[in-house]
Amino acid sequence: MTPHRPGREVAIVAFAQSDHRRRTDDLSEVEMVMPVLHEVLRQTGLRTSDIGFTCSGSSDYLAGRAFSFTMALDGVGAWPPISESHVETDGAWALYEAWVKLLTGEADTALVYAYGKSSPGSVRDVLTRQLDPYYLAPLWPDSVALAALQAQALVDAGDTDEPALAAIAGRSRADAAANPHAQLPGARPQGEYVVRPLRTGDCPPIGDGAAAVILAAGDRARELCARPAWIRGMDHRIEAHSLGVRDLTDSPSTRLAAERAGAFERPVDTAELHAPFTSQEVVLAKALGLDDTVRINPSGGALAANPVMAAGLIRLGEAAARVHRGDSDRALAHATSGPCLQQNLVAVLEGENRA
Amino acid sequence: MTPLPGTLSAPLVVEFPFTRSLGPVQSAFLTGLRERTLLGVRTQAGEVLVPPVEYDPATADELRDLVEVGATGTVTTWAWNPEPRRGQPLATPFAWVLVRLDGADTALLHALDAPSPEAVRTGLRVRIRWAAERSGAITDIACFEPYDSGGSDSDPAAEPVPHTVAFEDPVTGIVAPARLDYTYSPGRAQTRYLHALTERRTVGERCPSCAKVYVPPRGACPTCGVATTDQVEVGPRGTVTTFCIVNIKARNAEIEVPYVYAHIALDGAGLALHGRIAGIPYDQVRMGLRVEPVWSEDGRYPDHYRPAGEPDADYDTYKELL
Repeated sequence: MTPHRPGREVAIVAFAQSDHRRRTDDLSEVEMVMPVLHEVLRQTGLRTSDIGFTCSGSSDYLAGRAFSFTMALDGVGAWPPISESHVETDGAWALYEAWVKLLTGEADTALVYAYGKSSPGSVRDVLTRQLDPYYLAPLWPDSVALAALQAQALVDAGDTDEPALAAIAGRSRADAAANPHAQLPGARPQGEYVVRPLRTGDCPPIGDGAAAVILAAGDRARELCARPAWIRGMDHRIEAHSLGVRDLTDSPSTRLAAERAGAFERPVDTAELHAPFTSQEVVLAKALGLDDTVRINPSGGALAANPVMAAGLIRLGEAAARVHRGDSDRALAHATSGPCLQQNLVAVLEGENRA
Repeated sequence: MTPLPGTLSAPLVVEFPFTRSLGPVQSAFLTGLRERTLLGVRTQAGEVLVPPVEYDPATADELRDLVEVGATGTVTTWAWNPEPRRGQPLATPFAWVLVRLDGADTALLHALDAPSPEAVRTGLRVRIRWAAERSGAITDIACFEPYDSGGSDSDPAAEPVPHTVAFEDPVTGIVAPARLDYTYSPGRAQTRYLHALTERRTVGERCPSCAKVYVPPRGACPTCGVATTDQVEVGPRGTVTTFCIVNIKARNAEIEVPYVYAHIALDGAGLALHGRIAGIPYDQVRMGLRVEPVWSEDGRYPDHYRPAGEPDADYDTYKELL
């Protein structure tokens, strides 16, 4: 499939995230979100009234608070009434919606944010409620169990083994030592099996956190950011829900989204992959054809901090921040949703080299 | 999880039964489980999907061609679960498995009762253990169990058989109970508010930008998008800004109808809060009525508000708070 070229230049011009913590009992959701909103506004010098479109991603099931996103919106300052939308999934899809809004020309700037507070509940059990209610949800197969089935399929196929998974865990947390927001900075023991073949080290930390980015189009982006992270392409694709009809060792939806986003036209130097489990990085690296020349998850990835519903948006934000800093010229960012990488989003971000 | 010391918290249970209707294919499959018969559905490409779906995942074609497959099959992948969680099929350690039943081309997720992970492998032959009581649900399969088929891992004899006979009394829906347990913590602003209530004080928070006083506070000024900062004690008296008469009794409510539910602007507050009005016949409540709180028996919140015995407030004093 040929890449789809966006008809308008749109860039990520600012990114902020909270310090990700195991619990945030002292904070309501809006109290957790507000500082990152203020931070991206501060970075750009924009005020809420300057923002053309606001979009957020979250899920009420995580903390058990109905319509929590309407209360989180208090942190934006939504009066006089703003143009606003919300997705009940990872904030990466909120960013996609905002990008489309900017492509239409209806807005020149967008604020995108996401948050997840997993600490009040049991996220392994909460995520079973997103599964097919007839054949799967009555069995309460938790998120680690489903990822472990995928990991065993990879081991059986010869795609990985436990030492290789441990190496991914070790590299991710070692890299996270340089990430001041990470929940698990620094390498640590792999620990016991949670659900075999996945050990504690193969699983993401459970925690609370939030993130925000600002998008801007054309010259507005150049005004707001010294080196905007231009979105050269972005696409998302979904596979069948039933695990039994999918090849769990591959991710054709990731590959197709990457093709549509133009990821294969030229090599990328960085990839921020939303792989909550070590085994899922194996699937994604294979589907995307990433080799040793690509720096994978320099932030530490979701293995270092996994605020559910924000972790995908953070991948886009981390990749963009690397472009902003001049550490990357062309980066791939990926986000996932659903069991065993069911749905996948890929974006290609580039920085301009100035004379 | 146990909350951090010093923060308020309370258990919160979200529990509801989802009542879901079934399409013709799901109905046949789940009714079949009740009758210990395993059904799949054949696609136009000739694949047999078990568990069956109503539409082809590849082509979206409507699927109706039901076939019967075997109650034995082969593990295609597995994962050992050392600590079963609430609601899962077995209470003792077990393996999650995807099983391709004999005659099927796709795999079904369920549990495998095995003594240890050493007893499980991909390619293992297994058979269904039926639940003693079956209602037409995926849990009619209690689990799978290892099955010695005589040394061979494959069972080439199994071919799907057309299923044409309709079941009697087919299952047309399922009730799927769901329960999630949380420990709720209200955050800084609401914690301050709740602590003050225990002292029979109502404390709002002022926006540093627009100076509006929010009661109850939620931590942010929704107009300005900034944290509310200063605590401001309001009330205890207030003014009814608007009200309604409730004539239908809510389930489990102890209050007799009709009663009055009102918006009450406490003195000093920048917006009205909700409260019940009592101590006055319902048809005499009016806009501008001055009221005061009557605290609950444990003294932790205003149970309702009653007339304060003052002259009514002038409309101009509360018209901005409607």
